[in-house]
Amino acid sequence: MTREELRLAVLDILQEIAPDEDLSNLRDDLTFRDQLELDSMDFLDIVMSLRKKYRIQVPEEDYPQLASMQSTLDYLAPKVQAVQKV
Amino acid sequence: MIAPSDLPDEQRIVITGIGLTAPNGNDLAQFRESVLAGKSGVTGYEIRYVGATLAGACNFDEFRHQGRKERRRGTRAGSIGIYCSHEAIADAGLEWKNVDPAAVGVYVGVTEHGNVETENEIYELKGFDYDIKFWSHHHNPRTVANNPAGEIALNRGITGPHYTIGAACAAGNAGIIQGAQMLRLRECDVALAGGVSEAIHTFGIFASFKAQGALASHDDPAKASRPFDKARNGIVVSEGGGMYVLERLADAKPRGARIYGEIAGYAINTDATDFVLPNPERQAECMRQALRRAGIAPDQVDIVSTHATGTTTGDTQECDALRRVFCESSRTRFNNTKSMIGHAMGAAGILELTGNLPAFQDGVCHATINVDDLDPQCDLPGLTINEPREMGKVNYILNNSFGMLGINSVLIVKRI
Repeated sequence: MTREELRLAVLDILQEIAPDEDLSNLRDDLTFRDQLELDSMDFLDIVMSLRKKYRIQVPEEDYPQLASMQSTLDYLAPKVQAVQKV
Repeated sequence: MIAPSDLPDEQRIVITGIGLTAPNGNDLAQFRESVLAGKSGVTGYEIRYVGATLAGACNFDEFRHQGRKERRRGTRAGSIGIYCSHEAIADAGLEWKNVDPAAVGVYVGVTEHGNVETENEIYELKGFDYDIKFWSHHHNPRTVANNPAGEIALNRGITGPHYTIGAACAAGNAGIIQGAQMLRLRECDVALAGGVSEAIHTFGIFASFKAQGALASHDDPAKASRPFDKARNGIVVSEGGGMYVLERLADAKPRGARIYGEIAGYAINTDATDFVLPNPERQAECMRQALRRAGIAPDQVDIVSTHATGTTTGDTQECDALRRVFCESSRTRFNNTKSMIGHAMGAAGILELTGNLPAFQDGVCHATINVDDLDPQCDLPGLTINEPREMGKVNYILNNSFGMLGINSVLIVKRI
């Protein structure tokens, strides 16, 4: 999965979790919370979707890595590679 | 007993707003039109494991009063409650911004809650080989017993009390009764009270009725729910909801609220004889107690909205109870709304009462449809079958709702 494909996959998850939000102008460098109405249950939804759809496990101590699109992609990219190799 | 009319206005409870969704209507006008026309809302339906069956599904717009995210987080029962509550508040003409949110109570009758979400979650989990890492963190907030009432409170910013009243199929009446009691106790100034059911989304309820030999089937879905007919063969499961705005007459009068009717009397009692089989003696006692509390005799009741669900035993037992109470009342008419909407479970009580309330204005008793061959055991003198009946002035409507574990509820509403 390329970084752009991964970005689209994360956007899909966000759209599912926050269906009332317009994500077209989402900036990768700002935190999700600064741009979207997301609470802790929503972040758990992101974690669950990654687990269900891509079999990616995000341990609790790594949750802060999912703060922005940029940090999420940086964090997920090697994990996706690992999953794909399996 | 003190008749409600002898009570001070602070103790008299009136219905000032109605919101509903039924398989054949999404507001009172539509619903009344359907029940007068004998229009069924029962259709073919499919659900996992059970396959092709019949049900009464509602088609209200979930997103009229709820965002997509809120809906995704919540439950169908919550969504039904939110829709009905919004409609009821608007119908009551309440200036919501002037209503103290701490003085509003939410009382929602439910037959059951959480089965839909639990079944869905287990179904999903099966795809992950029952690894509980894939079990949703939304499970608990969706399945706590207060969920349907809590979702209404969250959606409307209500900070007064909210809870559900679990009362099997007597729940619709029980929710209204709870609301009336809380107003009398001054626990709240506005009660949002009623009942909801999302039952058609759980396969378990269909499968359990089927196992019990009590799930209706018919080639023509519209003819499947047929209380009092010889060919009845069980229950049609439906979803639906009804919420009232209830207020003390002392509050409703000065603001010039339109009043649909007054809660004149009510009773809830218990058979204490069987898990599922009804007990006509207790049902009759329940009706008599409600009549005593309303300060009226049986022959003052114009319409009895029956509970009958289309099962062999349930229908005859209720008719037995009705004969015991109304044997000397030639005035009283009996009808059945389930023949059109199926059994809306937690919403049944309030929907069946509500479909009859406009009789206070139009003087018509709506019919029980699908009675092609009346069971002689159900042949009550005042049974209104297949054609609505002009009655003239209607002053009292008595609504029966009974449920499993022997819970009986009777609610009497008076024209005001």
